[in-house]
Amino acid sequence: MAKVVAVTGNEAVAYALKQVNPDVSAAYPITPATDIMQRFTSYVSNGQVKTEMVLAESEHSAMSGCIGASAAGGRVMTATSSQGMALMWEELFIASGSRLPIVMALVNRALSAPLNIHGDHSDGMGARDCGWIQLWSENAQEAYDNTIQAFRIAEHMDIRLPAMVCLDGFIISHSIERMEYIDDDAVKNFVGEFKALNPLLDIEHPVSYGPLILTDYYMEYRKAHAEVMSKVSKVVLDAAKEFEKISGRKYGLFETYRLDDAEIGLVILNSAAGTSKDVIDSFREKGIKAGLLKPRLFRPFPYEEIGNALKNLKAVCVLDRADAFGGSYGPLFIDIAASLYPHKNGPVLMNKIYGLGGRDYLPGHAELVLNELVDIAKTGKVKMIKEYIGVRE
Amino acid sequence: MATPLTLKELSKKEVLLTSGHRMCSGCGAPIIVKMVLLASEYPIVAANATGCLEVSTCISDYTAWKIPWIHNAFENAAATLSGVETMYRSLKKQGKIDKDIKFIAFGGDGGTYDIGFQSLSGAMERGHDMLYICYDNGAYMNTGIQRSSATPYGADTTTCPAGSVIQGKPQPRKNLTKIMAAHDIPYVAQASPSNWSDLVKKVKKALEIKGPKFMNILSPCNRGWRSRTDDAIMLSRLGVETCYWPLYEIENGVTKVTFKPKEKKPLVDFLKPQGRFKHLFAPENENMLKNFQEMVDKEWGSLLKASGTE
Ligand SMILES: Cc1ncc(C[n+]2csc(CCOP(=O)(O)OP(=O)(O)O)c2C)c(N)n1
Ligand code: SF4
Ligand SMILES: [Mg+2]
Repeated sequence: MAKVVAVTGNEAVAYALKQVNPDVSAAYPITPATDIMQRFTSYVSNGQVKTEMVLAESEHSAMSGCIGASAAGGRVMTATSSQGMALMWEELFIASGSRLPIVMALVNRALSAPLNIHGDHSDGMGARDCGWIQLWSENAQEAYDNTIQAFRIAEHMDIRLPAMVCLDGFIISHSIERMEYIDDDAVKNFVGEFKALNPLLDIEHPVSYGPLILTDYYMEYRKAHAEVMSKVSKVVLDAAKEFEKISGRKYGLFETYRLDDAEIGLVILNSAAGTSKDVIDSFREKGIKAGLLKPRLFRPFPYEEIGNALKNLKAVCVLDRADAFGGSYGPLFIDIAASLYPHKNGPVLMNKIYGLGGRDYLPGHAELVLNELVDIAKTGKVKMIKEYIGVRE
Repeated sequence: MATPLTLKELSKKEVLLTSGHRMCSGCGAPIIVKMVLLASEYPIVAANATGCLEVSTCISDYTAWKIPWIHNAFENAAATLSGVETMYRSLKKQGKIDKDIKFIAFGGDGGTYDIGFQSLSGAMERGHDMLYICYDNGAYMNTGIQRSSATPYGADTTTCPAGSVIQGKPQPRKNLTKIMAAHDIPYVAQASPSNWSDLVKKVKKALEIKGPKFMNILSPCNRGWRSRTDDAIMLSRLGVETCYWPLYEIENGVTKVTFKPKEKKPLVDFLKPQGRFKHLFAPENENMLKNFQEMVDKEWGSLLKASGTE
């Protein structure tokens, strides 16, 4: 029986981790993710989980410890944000290159400088090409559900890759929402027993992790990684199907909202999708065919599926909560544009940068963007392809 | 049955770092690793920081390690092994593993004194049951002999080259062994491959102690020291006999000098055969030699005092 609760996003993730009950966690505090590990360590201190903690002296060491623990042969998780993820960066590639199924909650936060503790996607986007799976979450329920599914996806024998679950700092991590917890047993059965692959602790079968590979074979390893990435979508969909059985909630590679017959659309990640959906409803009431697409599996990016979902629209605005400096457009925009590249008569695209450093994204912003899309759909003309919104001039 | 500490008995044991690795001939590091692994009566899982030892012993698809081994990065052998050891504890507690396994990290001086210092300090403070071994060759050898904080005073390296204005490294070495002892961990020791039985005894002792242990082992590098390829053991012996590299241990806070040379040799005996100190023998650098000798005397004196063997 599911239990209805009123909890914060961090509380929900911590509870999911308690239910998954990993063997080891190595972590380091940083706002707004700290709260996840505080809650989790209280489960440890009270004997509610079997997890052994490594309370590391930095995020670099936390991820290094996760790598060691995962290679040793057990289930491993951690959580971080922003500067913490930035400090881990070197290790993120080592975790994925070593094919270690570590699960990490990334409570999205802006990057310094200037120092800012609030939610934006700069951290997650900075790690988008590091070979991890990324699942993004709109609210506490999705963060909880994604956390549970992440273990099953990461540890799948066809995949064995680390996965991060992204949720918006403060907006989700620290806001209380109504949501449902699944029964402990159902979660336990869903994630299953951890299956070790080439564990270091198997003394009878010694393995070497982290070799030097020169020009002769490095590229083959990278290609193999790319090939594994191409199998992730299917595993994500299979996991979602199984997850629906225990939760009643449907997940895909992305969510579409009133998109089937839409002429104009928004593409937006995480919490701001919720606000946008309300505004889309009000446009629909006015008879305007507006819709929304919210990516869930951001890495690997489901180019083909997303391209097909958007190709028949007239005008689309991609909203980015991060900028890719010098790359001209925001990171999400670049991927959406790439997914539409094969479709000659695809929608006209524009890109808005919003909500950096926790700046509020308000219904008014969505209205402004949708009104602009209405014009573009009529004229086919875009005034400015990329623009910052909700910002002082 | 524990192996008796004789060369005859030790030589019957399986060598766990095989030949065929690609370290320079005459390198001190693989000699040290072999001695350390021979000393253990337990199965070992090893972590290795990036550096000469690591890049030369596991080049895909070959590995010289007959034991489970993990290389993660340069600065985090201790943190990585913290994770491995913690997983071991977790699985053991859950009844999923029953064997007694010991954990050893190997790091060069760069990966230990410098970039990996934080990770080492953290692992020791957390109390992981592991032995961290620094093979100290006194520079970043793998990247071409750059200075580290373990580089001896006056030594010529590629980033503190002896020139017309600066005569090699202006600063003395960081005394890492002392710093590790200040962590109040149960066992800290210094060893040298020249004194194999002292080294093996220390490793054996360390592995019997629960908790974090640190050993610093002098590791001759003929490339960086500018010495002959067959001089590794001779040089490490001179390091010990000149008291440049005193052999001692600190067990639960008690300092013990484990080898006291019958006759303490002058430091120049250790410096002379090494090209990295050549410039110190120029008449205008006499003062540097004097300074260096004084530094060595001072440390040796304070060690004797600490161990009550003055
Ligand atoms: C973060 C990082 N910085 C720099 C390097 C380059 N690097 C690799 S090994 C090494 C020097 C290793 O020196 P040491 O630890 O003394 O080991 P040795 O090679 O002397 O045995 C350096 C600088 C690296 N791999 N990673
Ligand atoms: S450069 Fe020095 S430390 Fe490195 S393998 Fe050669 S002798 Fe050994
Ligand atoms: Mg070195």
